[in-house]
Amino acid sequence: MGGREANVVLLDENGIRSDGRKVNETRKVTIKAGVLKNASGSAYIEFGGNKILAGVFGPRDVHPKHMSNPDTGILRVRYHMEPFSVGERKKPAPSRREIEISKVIKEALEPAVMLEKFPRTAVDVFLEVLQADGGTRCAALDAASVALADAGIPMRDLVCACASGKAADALILDVNNEEDQAGQADMPIGYMPNLGKITLLQLDGVLTADEYKKCIELGLEGCKQVYEIQKNALREKYFSSGDKD
Amino acid sequence: MRNFKDKKQYVIPGDVITTSPLRLRENVTLDGKRIIATSIGLTNIYDDSVRVIPLSAVYLPKIDDIVIGKIKSIFGNSWFADINSCYQGMLLGQDVFGRGSYPTTSEMKERLDNGDIIYAKIANSDRQREPLISIADQSLGKIDSGELVKISPTKIPRLIGKHGSMIQTIEASTNATITVGQNGLIVVSCDETNGLLKALAAIRMVDEQAHLVNLTDKVKKMLESDGV
Repeated sequence: MGGREANVVLLDENGIRSDGRKVNETRKVTIKAGVLKNASGSAYIEFGGNKILAGVFGPRDVHPKHMSNPDTGILRVRYHMEPFSVGERKKPAPSRREIEISKVIKEALEPAVMLEKFPRTAVDVFLEVLQADGGTRCAALDAASVALADAGIPMRDLVCACASGKAADALILDVNNEEDQAGQADMPIGYMPNLGKITLLQLDGVLTADEYKKCIELGLEGCKQVYEIQKNALREKYFSSGDKD
Repeated sequence: MRNFKDKKQYVIPGDVITTSPLRLRENVTLDGKRIIATSIGLTNIYDDSVRVIPLSAVYLPKIDDIVIGKIKSIFGNSWFADINSCYQGMLLGQDVFGRGSYPTTSEMKERLDNGDIIYAKIANSDRQREPLISIADQSLGKIDSGELVKISPTKIPRLIGKHGSMIQTIEASTNATITVGQNGLIVVSCDETNGLLKALAAIRMVDEQAHLVNLTDKVKKMLESDGV
């Protein structure tokens, strides 16, 4: 973002990044599906230092009633950061940034969910960031998609997300907090791997046309890696014990 | 192309099941020529059609389903019942008091009040309105006593078993009466405490292990053992 000066070495002479990763390597991702009893569907994701809890409710009655749509169900997403999720206490009220992220995550999930089967209802997705370490919108989107599948909401595909970007003049996969602060570009990508469609694409920073193309390709690679982890999380919950009938 | 006949696959949303031209049934969608699963579940491929049996789903009312509901409110000339779905079941006053009658709220309350449990049939369900339910049949009506339990509606066929084998096993060994609604609500009534607890434990077991083989045997074993 803006190439701010920092003391950290983002990329050393061996091509190793500040947290010891290679340029095309994601952070460690673990996902667990079905962690909350009272929600229809839920998921917990650890994406490097990010810790995010997702809960899905519904389909259920829409309140206020005027928001309901007689043709289809509606999707509502709330992305929220806990006051203790960042170094300095964050005010718990929704900020401009959180409202924006709620909106982009909602729009990234909408092509995947098939809410036309549930007219006059709403599906609510709550995303609580317990700990933030750069790339929370991608991690939150990953968790939301697993939680929606866990809730039994019909979906055309899972949505997986991973960021790519540019730091120290090199294209990198899965931008972490330092690289986001001191790097040159950050590009979160949401992707439906089976349908081959991009549902989220943002870019903060400056890239040449060539870099832009490469950055998308790199990001999609990361998405596919995350997709496997999402799949395994759902498999573990639903198919783990015993043989099938 | 691989032959998937008689072979069940585990799928999650987005998984491609097949590319052969089959009729689409529940929980599948078409993307170009590919048939894609839209739910977590097991595929079932028939001679001419394909479907996914979901392991997690929301109950959607279908006409002629037998459901268990809990009266939530009385509004105008109808009761509204929670039928474990995203829609409330609407039970018309006329259905209980006869055609052309307009009962007062207190008359309706006397017959069925908030919190009462009913065994009902889905009379009509469409996209426009709340589903209509009916208790106008001998076997239907208010349920006076029993323990209400909720399981995933996708597990109901498993709880009933082939030709009712599972439910008969549970009923026979616990002396409990189990009333099952297709919406995932179940009422268990039993005179003995131990029998009731055992029946409840068996139902919970079916809910948790519905995708495993030899479940009937496992349930039998649990029911035969002492204690819960």
